[in-house]
Amino acid sequence: MTDTTARPVLLQMRDIRIEGRSDETWTPIINGVDLTLHKGEVLGLIGESGAGKSTLGLAAMGFTRDGVRISGGSITFDGIDLVNASAEQKRQLLGKRIAYVAQSAAASFNPAHKLIDQHAEAPVAHGTATRAEAEEDGIELYRKLRLPNPDEIGFRYPHQVSGGQLQRAMVAMAMSCRPDLIIFDEPTTALDVTTQIEVLAAIRHIVAEFDTAAIYITHDLAVVAQMADRIKVLLRGDEVEESDTRSMLEQPQEDYTKSLWAVREFQRPDKPPPAVDATPVISVQGITAAYGKIDVLHDVSFDIHAGRTVAVVGESGSGKSTAARVITGLLPPRVGQVELDGETLPLDYRKRSKDQLRQVQMIYQMADTALNPRKTIGEIIGRPVQFYMGLRGRRKRDRVAELLDQIELPPETYLDRLPSELSGGQKQRIGIARALAAEPRFIICDEVTSALDQLVAEGILRLLARLQDELGLSYMFITHDLATVRSIADEVVVMKDGRVVEQGPKPEMFRPPHHPYTDLLLSSVPEMDPDWLTNLLKERGVDDIGDASADKI
Amino acid sequence: MSVWTMILIALVAIAVAAWVGRFVGRRATGNAPRFRDMPYAVAFGYAFVLALLVWAVWYYLQPAVTEAGAPVAGVTFFRWAVHALIVFAIAAFLFRLLGRHVGTSATRKLFRHMPLTAAFGVLVILVYAILAIFAPLIAPYGQAVVFDQVNALPGGNPATGGNPAHPLGTDQIGRDLLSRLIYGAQNTVGIAFVTTLLAFVLGGSLGFLAAVLRGWFDQLMSRAVDVLMAIPSLIFALLLMTIASAWATQSWMLTVYMVFIIAVIDSTRVFRLSRAVGMNIVVMDYIEAAKLRGEGLGYLIFREILPNAYAPLLAEFGLRFCFVFLTIASLSFLGVGIQPPLADWGTMVRDLAQFINFAAFSPLTAALPIMAAGAIALLTVAVNFVVDWMLHRSSGLKE
Amino acid sequence: MIIAQRLALGVLTLIVVSMVIFGAVSMLPGDFAEAILGQGATPQAVAAIRRDLGLDEPAILRYFSWLGDTLRGDLGVSYAQMNFQSNMGGGDNLRTVASQIAPRFANTMFLAGVTACIAVPFAVGLGILAALFRNSAFDKAANVSTLSSISSPEFFLAYILILFLAVLNPVLPSLSNIYEGMTLSERLEKTLLPALTLTLVVTAHMMRMTRAAIINLLASPYIEMARLKGVSPMRVIVRHALPNALAPIINVVALNLAYLITGVVVVEVVFVYPGIGQLFVDSVKNRDIPVVQACCLIFAAAYILLNLTADILSILSNPRLRHPK
Repeated sequence: MTDTTARPVLLQMRDIRIEGRSDETWTPIINGVDLTLHKGEVLGLIGESGAGKSTLGLAAMGFTRDGVRISGGSITFDGIDLVNASAEQKRQLLGKRIAYVAQSAAASFNPAHKLIDQHAEAPVAHGTATRAEAEEDGIELYRKLRLPNPDEIGFRYPHQVSGGQLQRAMVAMAMSCRPDLIIFDEPTTALDVTTQIEVLAAIRHIVAEFDTAAIYITHDLAVVAQMADRIKVLLRGDEVEESDTRSMLEQPQEDYTKSLWAVREFQRPDKPPPAVDATPVISVQGITAAYGKIDVLHDVSFDIHAGRTVAVVGESGSGKSTAARVITGLLPPRVGQVELDGETLPLDYRKRSKDQLRQVQMIYQMADTALNPRKTIGEIIGRPVQFYMGLRGRRKRDRVAELLDQIELPPETYLDRLPSELSGGQKQRIGIARALAAEPRFIICDEVTSALDQLVAEGILRLLARLQDELGLSYMFITHDLATVRSIADEVVVMKDGRVVEQGPKPEMFRPPHHPYTDLLLSSVPEMDPDWLTNLLKERGVDDIGDASADKI
Repeated sequence: MSVWTMILIALVAIAVAAWVGRFVGRRATGNAPRFRDMPYAVAFGYAFVLALLVWAVWYYLQPAVTEAGAPVAGVTFFRWAVHALIVFAIAAFLFRLLGRHVGTSATRKLFRHMPLTAAFGVLVILVYAILAIFAPLIAPYGQAVVFDQVNALPGGNPATGGNPAHPLGTDQIGRDLLSRLIYGAQNTVGIAFVTTLLAFVLGGSLGFLAAVLRGWFDQLMSRAVDVLMAIPSLIFALLLMTIASAWATQSWMLTVYMVFIIAVIDSTRVFRLSRAVGMNIVVMDYIEAAKLRGEGLGYLIFREILPNAYAPLLAEFGLRFCFVFLTIASLSFLGVGIQPPLADWGTMVRDLAQFINFAAFSPLTAALPIMAAGAIALLTVAVNFVVDWMLHRSSGLKE
Repeated sequence: MIIAQRLALGVLTLIVVSMVIFGAVSMLPGDFAEAILGQGATPQAVAAIRRDLGLDEPAILRYFSWLGDTLRGDLGVSYAQMNFQSNMGGGDNLRTVASQIAPRFANTMFLAGVTACIAVPFAVGLGILAALFRNSAFDKAANVSTLSSISSPEFFLAYILILFLAVLNPVLPSLSNIYEGMTLSERLEKTLLPALTLTLVVTAHMMRMTRAAIINLLASPYIEMARLKGVSPMRVIVRHALPNALAPIINVVALNLAYLITGVVVVEVVFVYPGIGQLFVDSVKNRDIPVVQACCLIFAAAYILLNLTADILSILSNPRLRHPK
């Protein structure tokens, strides 16, 4: 990473203000942000959801979505005023000199046309190449991006190609006219970690090769650390700070930035291992379960002891949520059994006693769908209190207030609110309170933090840890995020394709030697070190990362 | 010169005007983005609307009576239409203004964001409701009272064959048309409302039950509904009415049969919707949480699912009501719906239809069948406006 | 494979629908024989006709023989005709239901065809325009006028059109007396007013649905991607939106043609158009059961067929199904 700030300025945004239309009025999205990008430079834009990163990224192309407008400021791209340019002038730039890579490649490729047709469209329309040249160049780019079967893959339709490959094909498409600037809008957010790393390596390689300037938008600090020369932090439409990647990581100036960094540091002390003869709270024994006729879990066994957290990790489709459904009784397994405190539980939840149901509670990923939008907080938490404990009237109200205190929300302000009046983190806390109201021994946390911004997620993790210590709860923590595992788990179960690949106490699991899949999974999680990807590629080689490596296992 | 040549010339003129207008606009504003980025199609649209407005004003100002004293029906009708539109718009505007300042804070807030069309819809529905409920008090005579003078012309002027006691005249057996028009609100709207309610109770309860129970009950009900929906509803209603007419020994019984027949046919559509709405809610995590808690079926349906289904069901109720209302009106118009002596608008349109040929001599007489048909159209338009706004609002909230 | 499945399902639906129609008719009180001969009939005469019509057989057998006859194109004999015959004492030129329906069916198809020719391009064009210029004054005006048109009963629109195009400005005839031997232009002239009425109703539905489908489509990320590639607006529509819009538009058109079938009944009555809809209504009033049954079956079959076509065409135009993995 050389110093790029000495090179000529490519894109200049001054005091840019953007508004969005909601309920017949214009509300500000971006309140006056400056941005300067030099030739060949990669700028990382980071911020939580609602920070206005994508809007700002699109504005850098002179483009706004429907119901959004640029209300002030100037955007100059290589001497061209993008705010006042005519539609025709802007069209001449788009695709040719400024290109865009969207978050979801699966949705951003037109399902009706082959990849190569879509690839060749921009060069032919802008007259930079003939159709045949564009196709040939496309195949060359596919090869550079290490797509399998580069000669043939372009002649497929989008739905015939996997997500990670599509994302790389879209990077190739953005490169088709060799633009001066590419906007990457969360290009790896929708991908699994092992796939993400491949795409990251491809993007970094090709951007460097063609000396393209880029704006890289993401909410993931570790990702942006690998990609960007400089980083700009946004918070609700305002710039927080900007500096080059290394100094930003080493000495953030603003409190908000520091707090983002600090999230990564939360880690619970290791607990002593459980007694050898202790009865586990939940014991999953030899479960094989199927949806319809297809087995999705194969001989899965693990134990969860009192007061401990077992993290179940794996990528999408690994069967971790299915395991939770088996434990709750929603999906009776074909073979195997589940024990609660040494007693076998009926396999179907409808056959379990009220007390057995009470002992196993669940917290969901999407707090929006987990709380009935038509009920007040008091009703939501009060129902299990009444249902299981038989409390009514005053005593029920007192208990609900006590629970709200436990999740750090003042009862008097929240009792009569509806879920829609709460923030994402507050909703998730209500979900926790509802589970606690049953006074359970064991709680399943299904990706509880993955829909939340990092700071909020951190708060939830701390709350769960505190509750565990106070109440002696056991958690089964389903997640795909290894940073979360590192901060909260006592034991780790790694799953792949419905099987347990490896399991053990956390300290052991984060120390080699590993099962090759665990190894791949662990090595694929980006770290805050800006040299991490470079070192990893040096260590493993470009052919031993991502899907290419997973296929070998 | 034929009509077509004139239309062609007008279109060419508009096309030229559009081009010139855009060009002048660009020059005059120094290439402001508004004119610079305007596609030709948009410019043409503006020019077209402008031409239409000019024509409308010109036509409105034409004399409504020839020098010989004969009415010019076209101009008369056009003026009526313009006046009606203006009166409706003003009424809706005033009504919305009223709504913004009177009532609880919730209704005031509702009116603040209400488009004029929706305010118009609410106003019309209120007026119809009042007419329907207080018809006996408002109507000058009973709906079945027969007077001596048959076929009295509207207008109330004895010189032109009218009768001041019957401002809209009398029908072919001497019943007062104004009274029958007002009673029509009670009968047509009332019967349609009851039918829709019945369809909702039937279709809604079965639909939610199917969504919650799933399994064979859902399969059975859904397949049965598929079959019933494979027959166009008006055709099916006509077939069943044929059979019902053989069973009915008295005319009021046929009306009752009709209510049940249409309710059953329409409940299939309600079933589909409530099942779909129910399914969307049933897959929510809060339902799973309630199931895992060990809650019973009644609690699930009434406490967890129903409160979340009110909004789409209410909108559907509006649409279903329109559909039922139109079906009943059509059946009556075809002569197999609401039976005399009950006054209803569909039958009135059929009975008065031939008056339309008098348009050239007496516009008011020709307006009679249009008035009865318009009474039907006005209510359905009003309900649709309100439903459209409700749907727009609920989809806006989701974003 | 999926298409074969749909076809089979369509046939099955048709069979079940025919059962429902047959079953509904057999719910009639008394039976056909009494209905034909009226109340003054002697028991012997009733029994004779009952035997003639096979009414003494069990319902299931009668259903199958009726179904078999229907498939062979034999729809039976109209009661009105039979009654006429029994009163007038014989005669061999008995008109069957099939011969009665056939010309009228052709007339109705002609009306529906003319309507479709006007309405489909008009509605789809307007729908696309409204979607492209959504939230503009044009879109809002279109919204209000189509909503009003949908809400109005067919006879309201019909009489308004008669008032303006037949009575006040005698451009078109208000009665559609169509007979054999007319030239095509004469026929068209007589059909135009009912066709215009149906057009108003169907266009409104079709346009709203087209608009919704296109707006849905224009919101998809790949359209934004095409714009961000600097593709011209025209090309975005033609190359990126239309291929994907085909399936929803075809669906909309077929659904609305199916809807047309219901609308045809009222409009034919208003304009005294000699189509199957009018025959149906007349037979309903006269309780001419074989004709009612036959018309009902024809309407249902057309309805099912059109819905099936919509289904199959939209499957065919889906690239995911045309190019499987």
